[in-house]
Amino acid sequence: MGVALLLPMQGLAAGPWSGSFSTQWRGYSHAGDGAGDTDYTSVAVEPDYSTQWLDRRLLFTFEGFARGGSRDSGSNHADLRVFSLNYAADAWELRAGMRKVFWGVTESQHLVDIVNQTDLVEGMDGEEKLGQPMLDLALIGEWGTLDMYVLPYFRPRTYPAADGRPFLGLPVDTDHPLYESADGDRHVDYAARWYKSIAAWDLGLSYFAGTAREPRLLPQVDATGASLRPYYYQMRQSALDAQATYGSWLWKLEAVYRQTDEPAYGAATAGLEYTFADIAGSGVDLGVVLEYLYDERGSQSAAMFADDTMLGLRLALNDTAGSEALLGVIYDNGGDGHTLSLEASRRVGDHWKISLQGLAFASSAADAPLYALRDEDQLQLDLAYHW
Amino acid sequence: MKRLLLTLLLPMLLPLDGSAQTAEEQGLDIAREADKRDVGWRDQSAHIQMVLRNRQGEESVRENRMQTLETAGDGDKSLIIFDSPADVKGTAFLSYTHATVADDQWLYLPALKRVKRVSSANKSGPFMGSEFAYEDISSQEIDKYKYKYLRDETLDGAATFVIERYPQYENSGYTRQVVWMDKKMYQPVKIDYYDRKDELLKTLVYHDYQQYLNQYWRPGRMEMQNHQTGKSTTLAWQEYSFQSGLKDRDFDQNSLQRAR
Repeated sequence: MGVALLLPMQGLAAGPWSGSFSTQWRGYSHAGDGAGDTDYTSVAVEPDYSTQWLDRRLLFTFEGFARGGSRDSGSNHADLRVFSLNYAADAWELRAGMRKVFWGVTESQHLVDIVNQTDLVEGMDGEEKLGQPMLDLALIGEWGTLDMYVLPYFRPRTYPAADGRPFLGLPVDTDHPLYESADGDRHVDYAARWYKSIAAWDLGLSYFAGTAREPRLLPQVDATGASLRPYYYQMRQSALDAQATYGSWLWKLEAVYRQTDEPAYGAATAGLEYTFADIAGSGVDLGVVLEYLYDERGSQSAAMFADDTMLGLRLALNDTAGSEALLGVIYDNGGDGHTLSLEASRRVGDHWKISLQGLAFASSAADAPLYALRDEDQLQLDLAYHW
Repeated sequence: MKRLLLTLLLPMLLPLDGSAQTAEEQGLDIAREADKRDVGWRDQSAHIQMVLRNRQGEESVRENRMQTLETAGDGDKSLIIFDSPADVKGTAFLSYTHATVADDQWLYLPALKRVKRVSSANKSGPFMGSEFAYEDISSQEIDKYKYKYLRDETLDGAATFVIERYPQYENSGYTRQVVWMDKKMYQPVKIDYYDRKDELLKTLVYHDYQQYLNQYWRPGRMEMQNHQTGKSTTLAWQEYSFQSGLKDRDFDQNSLQRAR
């Protein structure tokens, strides 16, 4: 009797281990200019562990990532996404280790978000991030939260290998990055962000000083042929992120001012999101996202989105399978091209999840950054088992 | 003289007599009494297990944990941590309910480490794919409804007040709810929900009430039946605990990101 009573209770406690196994197929519509194939298959594992002590004040979290089995060498990689201790006192929290931090509010691009490096091999959309070693002291009060970061080690961006996709016109020489700072990847970066929610408003002000996360890709020719060499310059970024939430309307703004070894410039994303909730009592939500993407440097520069408009449709069925889809187009207002994206997913049973992601690029201007991607339209299917 | 005074005063005294109250006043009084009896628990934690059933009877289980902080002069603050299905484990939902203005809600997405302020206008949509809407499980402030007393009724051997209440907040999926309020506990034992076309949509029945801290009645199980789709959801409350010393700080964005 005692055992019978205890058994269901054990199922209640969230176990310390969770995570997923997944298998992925990625296909490309064009052969492309590089040595890459038109499709790749691979498998990935993402284990997750967390435990708490001291009456839940001390938290340890681990999140690993590994992908293997792909024909291209670049896709097979492993990363420690999170390996972190977090101590929470009443007026402050101290977090140390490998961590992931997200700043910002907009959907089309994440200008303000700068702490973590992008894992471009995992996803061209830039949503996948590498773990960043850090010490983060958060001061917490009625006046909001102030996070102060010391980032002692830099992680270069991952790029597809020469036999992988997407192909950017030339292979990226990730083994030989260049740094403006003599300290190279040991340069210590600093960052801070204050944020507070005031009624319908969520406001954030942030500052970053250190190695730029997005390198300039410099063409070079050496004994092995032509390639692009990443150059990581020093950067100071001052930023604002704000969201106003009124009824079904979300109003969003992200603005950055960046000072580098080149002329300083500003960039911004501003937009809105409106959700038609529970349409005709069906439980279905349809959200419409409209954002304007601006970069002071203009479209004849390294800026991917200098004068662009993003229109997105977000559909959530709110059913047992958690079915959802997001369709987006980013259109260059100068007529230089557009990017189409589709994401859709649903659960199958309680443990399986199937996800579809599509990206299509169109570009007519040979001098636009998007032009390099014109033959890289891709479709990706993931089947994951979550435990 | 005495008699004359009484005759003069009697009509003035009458409105104070319960029997002469309007049905609306009686309904509001019952809601007020229920609210008064449920004050002072300070904070509450519980595990919630939901069993979702489709028309064919196929089941799907959802586990989550909920912490609630009683907030004087305002709606409650609550934090819901999702434990299953496995793909949403670690997702957490923070909400500050308010009686008259819109609730504040934030969602933490663990894969992106992103805290998103979300619109609270979606009151009537399903909670985690279940037959419970957000408005069914959020804190029930007096000012959220207008009330009307209908009748006394004995339901499954228990004496109840039957009252009707009309949502006053925007975007409700209901025109009205008929509530069977237990006279001893001053807690609902059954609710009929009528949709925007005033047709019976769902029935919620509360089971296994227990009293905590010698005052506060809480259900052990809630059964929601959707009459229009044939789907149903069982919501089981487990491991209730009260007054464990939770504070505002346990319901901020830092705690939301730390919720496990």
